[in-house]
Amino acid sequence: MIEMQDVWKSYPDGSHALRGINVQVDRNEFVYIVGPSGAGKSTFMKLIYREVRPTRGQIFVNGFNLEKLKQRKIPYVRRNIGVIFQDFRLLPTLTVAENVAFAMEVIEAPRKIIRKRTMEVLELVRLQDKASAYPSQLSGGEQQRVAIARAIVNNPSVIIADEPTGNLDPDTSIEIMKLLEEINFRGTTIIMATHNKEIVNNFRKRVIAIENGVIVRDEMRGEYGYED
Amino acid sequence: MRISTLARHFREGFKSVVRNGWMSFASISAISISLFILGTFLILTLNVNQLVEQIESQVEIRVHLEVNTPEDQVRTLHNEIGSIPGVAQVEFIPKEEGLEFMKEALGDEGKELLEGYEGDNNPLPDSFKVTVDEPRNVAAVAEQIKQLNEGRVPPPIFKVYYGEGTVETLFTITKYVRIIGLVLVVGLAFTAMFLISNTIRITIFARRREIAIMKLVGATNNFIRWPFFVEGALLGLIGSIIPIAVLLFGYASLVDASRFNLGLMLIQLVPLEELAVVVSGILLGIGLVIGIWGSLISVHKFLKI
Repeated sequence: MIEMQDVWKSYPDGSHALRGINVQVDRNEFVYIVGPSGAGKSTFMKLIYREVRPTRGQIFVNGFNLEKLKQRKIPYVRRNIGVIFQDFRLLPTLTVAENVAFAMEVIEAPRKIIRKRTMEVLELVRLQDKASAYPSQLSGGEQQRVAIARAIVNNPSVIIADEPTGNLDPDTSIEIMKLLEEINFRGTTIIMATHNKEIVNNFRKRVIAIENGVIVRDEMRGEYGYED
Repeated sequence: MRISTLARHFREGFKSVVRNGWMSFASISAISISLFILGTFLILTLNVNQLVEQIESQVEIRVHLEVNTPEDQVRTLHNEIGSIPGVAQVEFIPKEEGLEFMKEALGDEGKELLEGYEGDNNPLPDSFKVTVDEPRNVAAVAEQIKQLNEGRVPPPIFKVYYGEGTVETLFTITKYVRIIGLVLVVGLAFTAMFLISNTIRITIFARRREIAIMKLVGATNNFIRWPFFVEGALLGLIGSIIPIAVLLFGYASLVDASRFNLGLMLIQLVPLEELAVVVSGILLGIGLVIGIWGSLISVHKFLKI
């Protein structure tokens, strides 16, 4: 499903974000990416949805070799990847429903399907009552649920979540985790970078630890393993 | 592309024009002003060109002979002038006819003045009226006619007249009108393009979150580009319609007024219908090109990431 072969990433300032990453994530897995700040977690995530390109090595997503794919094919690969951020990244001028529908509009889905599917995913994240509210009228947890709805609305096979609970209190974080588990249960692969020890230790999944750009640990049902 | 998608692009483009009110206003003004100046010069050039053509077609060479040139020499000269390359027609005008012309031209007042010059007292020379096939050849042909005097004693040709200088002056004027117009318009067009690309850049900046999300969920670059393309084209369109309207309205009034005034000066303006097509076509085309180009410059830089 997702595979990296000897992936290196250096930035123009000479720093090495990743140094020889080899990893394989199978369909329907739930993977935590842990490690100190600046260890290369974000770079690792960005490589998958190709916001960043590797200096060396091959990356496969859903059978496509990202390095060999033509530039204009990239959007179509991204339609199979949902991305969630710590800061939600919602559009403040659009309502909840419009924010979710936006992701379908820009890939030119038919209107009828957009309306139907939008309500479907809002129900899934239990926000159908807030469909016409604006992001500023919502709590942090609710905003993140909107972001999740937007990420899954196009039925991606993978969700990339970059510290999705980073801005949320513990109770809300658990609520978001349950939602992500449900999405995973429905057949979507989830790769989640996190600093949240409680979450990792309570919702046991595969853990990949990255330090100094190298994978130092890869365990099924692993622990967080850091003291912070 | 779906109709609804296209509608969306147009809606977004319109929204941006309205949302960036002042920048849109500045861009439209810049295009309008440059196109207004271009249009003015265009109208001027079209009319000067027509004037030049008119005058050129009227240009002829008058060859005045010395008084008392013998008839056989007149006949030889007639043939020789007729065989100069570029000459279309040679008409002999005997001095009697010349006097008639003069009488006609002076009218009643001249009657008394010209009394008693008929017959042998006629002081006018015989002359030729020479028309050339190509107005630009007038000067060269006139020069060759003058050279027919060489080797003849006494020289039979008294003087060769043509609108010396007039044609050349008109050519020079049109040339300068074109150059000045072109320089002004190119300079202003670049200013307009710069302003438009800045307006679009502001739009892009205001919508960078939106664009980032669009890219993230897999919108194609063309999909992202479209609204900016529409915005630029719209700025160019509005910016060209304003000067077209102003210029054509102004020209229409000028044509109206000229029926009474300029008509006396024998200047014929290019008819409005003929001019309207050329001016609107050129201004609209340039306006759109400037608008679209300006927007593509900004979008191109942004989408490369």
